[in-house]
Amino acid sequence: MSEKRTGAQILCEALIQNGVDTMFGIPGGAIMPFYHAMWEYRTDLRHILCRHEQGAGHAAEGFARSTGRIGVCIGTSGPGTTNLVTPIADAWMDSTPLLAICGQVSSTVLGKDAFQETDITGITMPITKHNYLVKNINDIAYVVKEAIHIATTGRYGPVLVDITKDALQASAVPDYSKKIFLPGYRPTVTGSKKQIKAALSLMLKSKKPILMIGNGVMMSDASAEIRVFAERYKIPVITTLHALGAFPEDHELSLGMPGMHGWVHANRAIQEADFLMNIGGRFDDRVTGKASTFAPNAKIVHVDIDPSEIGKNIEVEVPIVGDARIVTLSLLEEEPEETLVAEFHKNAAVWLEYIRELQTKHQHKQQYLNRPDTSTMLPHDVFAALTKAMNTRGNYRVVTDVGQHQMWAAQLLDWYKPRTHITSGGAGTMGFAVPAALGVAVAHPEDTVWAIAGDGGFQMTNQEMIVVIQENIKNMKVAIINNGFLGMVRQWQELFEGKRYSGTPLTSPNFQKLAEAYGWTGITVESVDQIDAAIERAYAIDGPVLIDFRVEREVNVFPMVPQNKSIGEMITE
Amino acid sequence: MKIHTLVVLVQDHPGVLNRAVSMFRRRGYNIASLVVGHTETAGVSRMTIVVESVNVEQVVKQLYRLVEVLKISDVSDDPVVDREMVLVKLHVTGQHRAEIVALTEVFTAKIVDVAANTMVIEMTGGPAKVDNFIDVIRPFGIKEMMRTGRITMVRGAKGHSGAELIDQAAE
Ligand SMILES: Cc1ncc(C[n+]2csc(CCOP(=O)(O)OP(=O)(O)O)c2C)c(N)n1
Repeated sequence: MSEKRTGAQILCEALIQNGVDTMFGIPGGAIMPFYHAMWEYRTDLRHILCRHEQGAGHAAEGFARSTGRIGVCIGTSGPGTTNLVTPIADAWMDSTPLLAICGQVSSTVLGKDAFQETDITGITMPITKHNYLVKNINDIAYVVKEAIHIATTGRYGPVLVDITKDALQASAVPDYSKKIFLPGYRPTVTGSKKQIKAALSLMLKSKKPILMIGNGVMMSDASAEIRVFAERYKIPVITTLHALGAFPEDHELSLGMPGMHGWVHANRAIQEADFLMNIGGRFDDRVTGKASTFAPNAKIVHVDIDPSEIGKNIEVEVPIVGDARIVTLSLLEEEPEETLVAEFHKNAAVWLEYIRELQTKHQHKQQYLNRPDTSTMLPHDVFAALTKAMNTRGNYRVVTDVGQHQMWAAQLLDWYKPRTHITSGGAGTMGFAVPAALGVAVAHPEDTVWAIAGDGGFQMTNQEMIVVIQENIKNMKVAIINNGFLGMVRQWQELFEGKRYSGTPLTSPNFQKLAEAYGWTGITVESVDQIDAAIERAYAIDGPVLIDFRVEREVNVFPMVPQNKSIGEMITE
Repeated sequence: MKIHTLVVLVQDHPGVLNRAVSMFRRRGYNIASLVVGHTETAGVSRMTIVVESVNVEQVVKQLYRLVEVLKISDVSDDPVVDREMVLVKLHVTGQHRAEIVALTEVFTAKIVDVAANTMVIEMTGGPAKVDNFIDVIRPFGIKEMMRTGRITMVRGAKGHSGAELIDQAAE
C-alpha cells in the first residue's frame, strides 16, 4: 500500500474500503480523472450512467432507502452539480444517507469564475448534513471516510464532497488508516434509562394509548422490535407515510396512516388519545395538521435521534433522544408490574374496539369499496388490481412520485414489509419515482420494483428509463396514473379555488409509444376490464414494462384535511 | 422575545462561520451581534452570539447539528464580563476640544488620533456603557463610527477551554 496513487485512484479505493459498490452519475471535465481511474476498479465499483444528474441523485436515494446503505451520486462541476441540488434537498428532508461526489475546477483557478465553476458547497450548505471542498490530495482518503460516517450515523442525511480536478490528478502515497475524529459530532443513540421508565409509566397510566412510528423506525431497522413492543402492550400502531411497511398493515393492532390524507379513524384516534408515543417521526405538518390542535388530550412521548426535532413542532411530556431501535429495545427491557399491564391491556382493548367501530363506519367510502358501477376507470380500480397482483406475486417494492397517485398508493396498496414503500415525503419532489425505482431495482434484482407516477411527474425524469435498458435491468415496471391533469393541484383548485384550473390541464405524449421507443414494453389501459390482463402481462414479461392507466380525470383523494386545519376536521367526500 | 447570549466553541474549519450564520438566516433567528475570534487552543474558534429568540433551546439544538460545533453555553443568566469596543471619529471644532477630552476621561476612553478637524476616540466597556458613551458624544457630531459587537466570558471558574473539549472527544 505504499505505492503512489492518483487522487482519483485514492477516491476509488476509499469508496470501496468504506462499503461502496454502486454509484450513479454523469462524467464531465472536472470529474474526468475520477472516471479515468474508475475503469481499473470497475469490478468492485459499479458505475451506472444516468441521463440527468437529478436522476442519478434520486437513483442513489432509492438505492439507499431500500438498503439502508449509503447511496452515491456523481456530477461534474457547474451544471453537473447544480443538477444534483434537488435530490440532495430531497435526501435532506427525508434523512436519506446520500454521498454526492462533485468534480470542481482546479484549485489554481478556483474563485476566478473558471469554466463550469459553481460554489456547490456554498449552495448546498443549508441542505446537507455536512459538506467539504477538498483541494489537497492528502485529504481525499480521510474525507471520504468521514463523509460516509456522517451520512450513515446519527440522523442520516446527505453529505457532499467537492474535489478539485488538480487534487484528483495529483499523486501521493495514500493513508487510509487515519481514525475518524469528530469532536463536535457524537450522536446520542442510547435513550436515557430514566426517561424510558418515565415514558412507560406514563403509558401504563393511560386508557387510550397510541404508538405512532415514523421514518426513524425504518431507518434504524426497528420493525421487529416495534412489533414485539406493540404486541406485549397491545397498543394500537399508527404508521406515518415513511413508516408504511414498518408495521404490517394486516396486524390486528395496525391503524394505518395518519395526517392530511390519512384515515379518519387514525386521525380521530390521535385526537381522542390520552397518550401518544411517537418513535422516529418528526411531527411533520402533513401529519399533525394545525400543530396547536394536534392530539389535544394526549400526554406525548417523543423518541428521536435528533434532539432538535424534539419540541420543535409539538410540545412533549417525555423527550427521549436516541436511536429508534435501541430505545425500543430498552423499552422492552423494562418489566412493569403485571397487574398494571393487565389493567392497561383491558383498557387498550376497549379503546381498540372503539377505533375499529369508527373505521367500519368510514371505510367503505374511503376505499371506494362501494364504487358506483360506472364504465369509467377510477384510480381505485387500478390500485385494487395492483394490490391483488402484488399480494399473489410477493416480493414487491413500490416507489411513488408526488401527487394524488402517491396518496392513493399509500392508502390503498398493502404494506407488510419494511423498505417496500419508498417515496419523496418531506420535499415532495415530483420526478422522484422513475429514477429512484431504478436505484431500488439495481439494489434488489430479486424483487419486482414498481414505479407509480402521475402523468405530470413522470414527464420530469422519464429519460432514466433508457438506463434500465442499457444496464439490462429486468425487474422494473412503471404504472402511470394518467388523469390528464397535475392532479393534486387540480384537486386543491377544485376544492378551494372554485375550479380555476389554471396551469393544471396536461397534454402528454403517447406513453406506450414512448416506452417502446425506449425499448420497454408499453401497454395502454383504457377501461376497467383491461386492468387485470395488463398487470398480468407486465408480470409475465421478463423485462421492463410500462402501463399507462388512463383513469377518470377528475377524482379526488379523500379523506383530506385542508391545510392548516385540525386533523379532527376531515373532508370525506 | 428575549435577548440571549450564546458562547459557542467551534472547530475553525473553512466555512464554519458561514454554516452558523446560514442556519440563523434560514430558520429566521435574529442575530443582534456576532463576534468570532481565536481561542487559547489552535484550531478552535469562539463565537459570542447575541440572539433575539422566543425559543433559544431550538436555536441551540439547531446549532449543535453543525458537525463543527463543540460546545454551546447560554450565558444569559450567568454573571459575566461583557465587552465591546467602539471607535468614533468626531468632527471637532476648537471650542469643544476641552469638553471632549474631559468626557473621554470620565469614560476611561482613549483619544487615539487627532487631526485638524477630527478626533478618533477608542472606548471599551460593557454594552450599556458603550451606548451611554455614544449618546453623550453624539451631539458633538459623529463622522464615522464602528462597534465591534460583544464578547463575553463567564466570571469565576465556570467555562470551557477548546483544548478540554478536544481532549474529551479524543478519549
Ligand atoms: C418538482 C415539483 N414541482 C411542482 C410540484 C407541485 N405539485 C405537487 S403535486 C403536483 C401535481 C402532480 O401531478 P401528477 O404528476 O400528474 O400526479 P397526480 O397528482 O395527478 O397523481 C404538483 C405540480 C412538486 N411537488 N414538485
